[in-house]
Amino acid sequence: MKKVINLSVLLIAVIGLFVAATNIDTNGIEVGDTAPDFALKNIDGKTISLDSYKDAKGYIVVFTCNTCPYAVMYEQRLIELHDKYAAKGYPVIAINPNDPEVKPGDSFDKMKERAADKKFPFAYLFDDGQKVYPAYGATRTPHIYLLDAKKTVQYIGALDNNAQDASAVTTKFVEDAIAALDAGKKPETTFTKAIGCSIKTKKS
Amino acid sequence: MYKFILTVFSVAFLLVACQQDQKTGESTTQTVAATVSTIKTMDGLPPIYENYEELATIFEQRNDTTYVINFWSTWCAPCVKELPYFEALNRKYEAEKVKVILVSLDFPKQLETKLKPFLAENKLQSEVLVLTDPDANSWVDKVNPKWSGAIPATVVYKGETNKFYEKSFENLEELEEIITPFL
Repeated sequence: MKKVINLSVLLIAVIGLFVAATNIDTNGIEVGDTAPDFALKNIDGKTISLDSYKDAKGYIVVFTCNTCPYAVMYEQRLIELHDKYAAKGYPVIAINPNDPEVKPGDSFDKMKERAADKKFPFAYLFDDGQKVYPAYGATRTPHIYLLDAKKTVQYIGALDNNAQDASAVTTKFVEDAIAALDAGKKPETTFTKAIGCSIKTKKS
Repeated sequence: MYKFILTVFSVAFLLVACQQDQKTGESTTQTVAATVSTIKTMDGLPPIYENYEELATIFEQRNDTTYVINFWSTWCAPCVKELPYFEALNRKYEAEKVKVILVSLDFPKQLETKLKPFLAENKLQSEVLVLTDPDANSWVDKVNPKWSGAIPATVVYKGETNKFYEKSFENLEELEEIITPFL
């Protein structure tokens, strides 16, 4: 009988470990973790990864798309962010995580159109097969991950504190975090939340 | 002059009346509406909350009603798709102390052009409120710490028991399943 109990305790422990492990998987990465690299197709047909950016001091990885109104409201601000920081070593890398079968407006062709219309100065990658966004733990568009030179996550969240009105923004989370990194410090705010669109997937 | 004094008196009386309202501590949304002036009203639209703190009372009811609170928007396709299931839930459980509240996160600029026609066309029977507080980082956690901010999102609560869902519902049965433990 004792053996049976011992066995069940062991079994429960093993199951527990399994559950814990899967949880970490689905929750993605947190501030302080090393961000996983990826190899995704850019709108110009080239494959881009974090390692494509030699001499980067950091990476502004943004899960965004064509169709979400919140993503659209931030388009111009992402362009300005890239224009301001890419030369300083912090490029914007946009990734569309949506399944185009669920959201046809987010197909690779539509991405190319959108990028051409808005003259995106940054890479706009397609998460074909939807493997990258779960590894990061992105849940919405837009969803920003700021990485430092060593690909350590330093900030996760929104670009700033007012999606609807750029002129009413009082805190620029990402820019503040970059300023801290540039000064060799840790960002004061490392995590924020924002309303956004759910990432579109086929129901399992 | 006489009229002026009268006006002053009536304003003073109203102020006192409002304060008394506050003292009774009733946390119904109506009481808040009477005492705080930032809840906007517009023709053909539900009450518009510009500040989350004023909306928060809908999560603070401590009675025997099960509240099903859904965050949605006319621009969110999966939200619009699941609205009929919330409406059906509201109808079916009307007699069983289930209250559905649909919190629209439509943008201030689109209330007239998008939300108003949508409500006129769909004639929602559940209570609808509008939340336009732009500083989501300050209030998303208050709704539920598990919420990332993506919509649709749904809170079910009764008294101190609280469940949160950051997902879409595919039919009425899925919603019934989550409220049954509360009934």
